Amino acid sequence: MTETTLNDMQDVETGTGREERVYQATPAQLMWWRFKRHKVAMLSGIILIAAYLIVALAEFVAPYDAFEANSRSTLQPPQAIHFFDEQGSFRGPFVYGFKRGRDPVTMRPIYVADTTKVIPINFFVRGQAYKFWGLFEGNLHLYGTTGPDRINLLGTDTLGRDMVSRLIHGGRISLSVGLIGVAVSFVLGITLGSISGYFGGITDNIVQRGMEFLRSIPTIPLWMGLAAALPITWDPLFVYFLVTLLLSLIGWTYVARTVRGRFLSIKNEDFVLAARFCGTSEAKIITRHMLPSMTSYIIAALTLAVPDMILGETALSFLGLGLRPPVVSWGVLLQDAQNLRTIAQAPWLLAPGAAIVIIVLAFNFLGDGLRDAADPYSK
Amino acid sequence: MISYILNRIAWAVPMLFLVSVASFAVIQLPPGDFASAMVAEMRTQGDVVPEGTEERIRHEYGLDRPIYEQYVSWMGKIVLHGDFGTSLGFNQPVSNLIWDRLFLTVSISLASLILTWVIAIPIGVYAAARQYSFLDYFFTIFGFIGRGFPEFLSALILMWFAYSWFGMNVGGLFSPEMQNAPWSLAKVIDLANHLWIPLLVLASSGAAGLIRIVRANMLDELNKPYVETALSQGLTEWSVIWRYPVRVALNPFISTIGWALPALISGDVITSVVLNLPTTGPLLLKALQSQDMYLSGAFILILGAFTIIGTIVSDILLAISDPRIRYR
Repeated sequence: MTETTLNDMQDVETGTGREERVYQATPAQLMWWRFKRHKVAMLSGIILIAAYLIVALAEFVAPYDAFEANSRSTLQPPQAIHFFDEQGSFRGPFVYGFKRGRDPVTMRPIYVADTTKVIPINFFVRGQAYKFWGLFEGNLHLYGTTGPDRINLLGTDTLGRDMVSRLIHGGRISLSVGLIGVAVSFVLGITLGSISGYFGGITDNIVQRGMEFLRSIPTIPLWMGLAAALPITWDPLFVYFLVTLLLSLIGWTYVARTVRGRFLSIKNEDFVLAARFCGTSEAKIITRHMLPSMTSYIIAALTLAVPDMILGETALSFLGLGLRPPVVSWGVLLQDAQNLRTIAQAPWLLAPGAAIVIIVLAFNFLGDGLRDAADPYSK
Repeated sequence: MISYILNRIAWAVPMLFLVSVASFAVIQLPPGDFASAMVAEMRTQGDVVPEGTEERIRHEYGLDRPIYEQYVSWMGKIVLHGDFGTSLGFNQPVSNLIWDRLFLTVSISLASLILTWVIAIPIGVYAAARQYSFLDYFFTIFGFIGRGFPEFLSALILMWFAYSWFGMNVGGLFSPEMQNAPWSLAKVIDLANHLWIPLLVLASSGAAGLIRIVRANMLDELNKPYVETALSQGLTEWSVIWRYPVRVALNPFISTIGWALPALISGDVITSVVLNLPTTGPLLLKALQSQDMYLSGAFILILGAFTIIGTIVSDILLAISDPRIRYR
């Protein structure tokens, strides 16, 4: 939206010529105004854009790659960011180094913050080399350290790998599963939903029963069964696509239900009737006249279908049936946190869980907001 | 009414057929079959396997016959003799392994379904009757957060809290010392001590969504004239609410039982793996990992059949409570 629209909105709020502006506004403008009223949805949208930007630029944003292990700093706790040192003088953003010791009884490594060792955080540093999206070479990182000391803002895992880096690289897989899955659901859902809603009768009945059937199977056991049938020896990337396909196998029913409901309610509208009188073919009526009129509903339904896919991938990988290491996804990362003792000892391993909750909630709120905004002419 | 019930049951038959085909497909999908797996296992145990054994086993178990014949004989054995085949991993009939676990899964799912209602209905009704009150906002937030937490994550976090705050060693249904003890009051208390976590995990994720539904339905009903009429006749507010609008508002609620059941069984499978409960989940996972396909096929078949039956029961309940449904 442009600046003028925002200014227009303010004028509308003050009440001068309000009716006039509402009549003149395009549907897109009305939707945007209504969507802006839903503050939580706006915030969720911003969070999601930020999250997708971060994982898109994963190699640059993460200080290390997902596999850089360090046996000297296993299960190291998160480091707090400080600005002032012990003497109270300003040092810029920095973290304290850790002194590594051993618990005298259990022989587990324990870490104590060493306040004499100040590790400044530098921005746009040259660090570990990477291949951006596997295409361009680079070594520039958003933040990092210049000295030999490493920085682990969210701690490290059992092999001393940086949690921030693993979280970001894992997010690339986990978040894209949702998008690709939704793309498949989109095609399936719209095709079957529109056929079912437009033609009705026996076609509708068959599609409806099919959807009812898919929804009546307990999803997790079915996914587990199908995922277990994928041979371990296959290429991880191929397995990833198959897992996504599996997830969208159930996800499309949600989209199809929305599309069908809209079709039922608009198929007797005047504009559809007019198109039919003009001798337009049925395929053209559906694709050129009816589907565009419900774009906003479809977008809202798709947004609400994404979190289910993300949760499905995480659950399957968590159980060891979806993606497997060396592929890094949030579900794979949470496998490390399966053991109660590990969590009690290193609660920061649950960080991917927090990321999942935030992303899923954000998608839900955004979907709610879009659904409310989808019909700007209602009260 | 009778015709409606018959119609629903008639629809269940093709559904059950499809579930059985899906389960059979799961059995068939992995590369290799029972015979090659068995021969491979004999070889790893150091046995000298004569040439042609694989073919002999394959013939003996009917694995060399066309796929539809195999399906018919698999289903035939299940329907006629309750014989689900042999578990490769445990080397005993599948039916010996599954029934107590299925019983536990179904009881935990039903118990958490009831707990979901006990939590969701009063809260939803209250939140609607006192819209925009502090508690309404509180439960709205709870409902949204509950939607974002996958079951296994809330199970992990609850386990962690119970362990680090109360020093409880959660997981399983009994403490190690009670595992094989005869039933006594102490054992029942021990069971209750372990059972609350899975029940809470399953019920809270379901309740989060249902509170929203009950609240929305109640808000629609509360503004209708019949509520005002009842109030004007001098009934107290809560007796009006519980007697009239709640009954109408719960209608769509009954219809979602059918969907709640598959979700609960799904949730139970994964929660049990995390909490190490002796339900179907961990065994199904193990069966899938070791490609013990008859065992996993049987689980998927029975869990699917349960949910279809559950959906029918909820449809019939709905038809009884709301006569309009039958004629739709």
